[in-house]
Amino acid sequence: MAAETDKQEKMMDVSVWRGGPDGGAFESFKAPQQESQTILDVVTYIQQYEDPSLAYRFACRVGMCGSCAMMVNGQPRWTCRTHVQKVLKDNKLEIAPLRNLPVIRDLATDMTVFFDKWAAAEASFTPTVTRHDPMAPINPEEPKRVAASEAIECINCAVCYAACDAVAGNEDYLGPAALNRAWTLVNDVRDGGQKSRLDAVSAAGGCHNCHSMGNCAQFCPNELNPTASIAGLKRATIKAALGFGK
Amino acid sequence: MLDLRLYMLQRLSALILAPLVITHIGVMIYAVQGGLSAAEILGRTQGSIPWMLFYGLFVAAVSVHAAIGVRAIAAEWFGVRGATLSGLSLAVFAVLGILGARAVYAVTAL
Amino acid sequence: MIRPHRSHPLWFAFLLHRVSGLALALFLPLHFYVLAMALTSPEALDGFLAWTDMTVVKLAEYGLVFLLAAHFFGGLRLLALEFLPWSPRQKTLAAGAVALAFFVSTTFFLSAV
Repeated sequence: MAAETDKQEKMMDVSVWRGGPDGGAFESFKAPQQESQTILDVVTYIQQYEDPSLAYRFACRVGMCGSCAMMVNGQPRWTCRTHVQKVLKDNKLEIAPLRNLPVIRDLATDMTVFFDKWAAAEASFTPTVTRHDPMAPINPEEPKRVAASEAIECINCAVCYAACDAVAGNEDYLGPAALNRAWTLVNDVRDGGQKSRLDAVSAAGGCHNCHSMGNCAQFCPNELNPTASIAGLKRATIKAALGFGK
Repeated sequence: MLDLRLYMLQRLSALILAPLVITHIGVMIYAVQGGLSAAEILGRTQGSIPWMLFYGLFVAAVSVHAAIGVRAIAAEWFGVRGATLSGLSLAVFAVLGILGARAVYAVTAL
Repeated sequence: MIRPHRSHPLWFAFLLHRVSGLALALFLPLHFYVLAMALTSPEALDGFLAWTDMTVVKLAEYGLVFLLAAHFFGGLRLLALEFLPWSPRQKTLAAGAVALAFFVSTTFFLSAV
């Protein structure tokens, strides 16, 4: 082993999923345990010193881009923000690609379906004015803006999507992230696509498939609450259906 | 596998069932005291229009509610889809509705 | 089925709600069939009801009432979660629903024995 590590360091047993779209298996590695070490550090060590063919994704490595999300001991997490000391059990770690997404290779998943569902939920802004019109004066304290602001910090990391059992059981379900963003737009008074959006989130894969089990809110690294957002969507869709207009 | 309509039906049937369930539990707590017998039950329910309406509504609402609930489980845990899923939901609705109506009739008719 | 990323109160509430609903859906046809015996053969119904004196049956009834009460209070919690403003007290409500269900079913059980 070519590691320039202190020979006194303890070696951890790291089980890493290897494979592709047609399946795979866990492969065992050993990595040295260090102080203040993150899971991303461990994956990087394995790729640099043990097996250069290991595929994984990361970018900022400081917890703001969401690219490094993986399943760590069965839980979806940002690996750059997960300290090994916090999750190490019996000197073992298990690292796998995010659940509920197709695998490209090893720890890198294909996010296409995640973003396709984002678009299908009409989780994008529909403007009603042009840049030549005056800016809309939005008071940040007004209830709708507060509701939107509480849910707006999503960086599309797909941790919630991986955590959700409703997503696992239903390939049509749009998922917590897409629906959470749709909710922020339902609360955006500048947006002109409300009716169409409510229809989009009421279809077969829509918000009514959420059973409020709360895995999304439990695991969101930005402490967002898609369960609450989806509850808001349910209220909005029922109001619209019963004719209480928007 | 729920869309807006099925979801609303589920919530609506739940709202109808809520007071019926509480009443039913209360009645059962009262009725099981001192043991159960056919004569005792029938003595209270036979020929009773209020009980027929109560349990008739109960059966109707629970048939809808259980059918939609089973639909979600069949789709999410057992991967049932399409025509099979719809068929299963309708079957649950029919079985509960028919057996339930039969039971209501048996217990409240003269 | 329980894996690490599912061990939190709201998820258990979901699981209990789903399992209790399924159990009740499977129980109901039997319940309806037995009651309809009053029509076709009252003696068979009496024979069946005689079983309810047995302790194991009383325990089964206790279980059923617990499932019904759990499903009922869990459902109320869900309706509150969806239609009332969100509050972080949801987890407390989930626990409260289970506690109430225990209370109701125990009352039933004590009346039955």
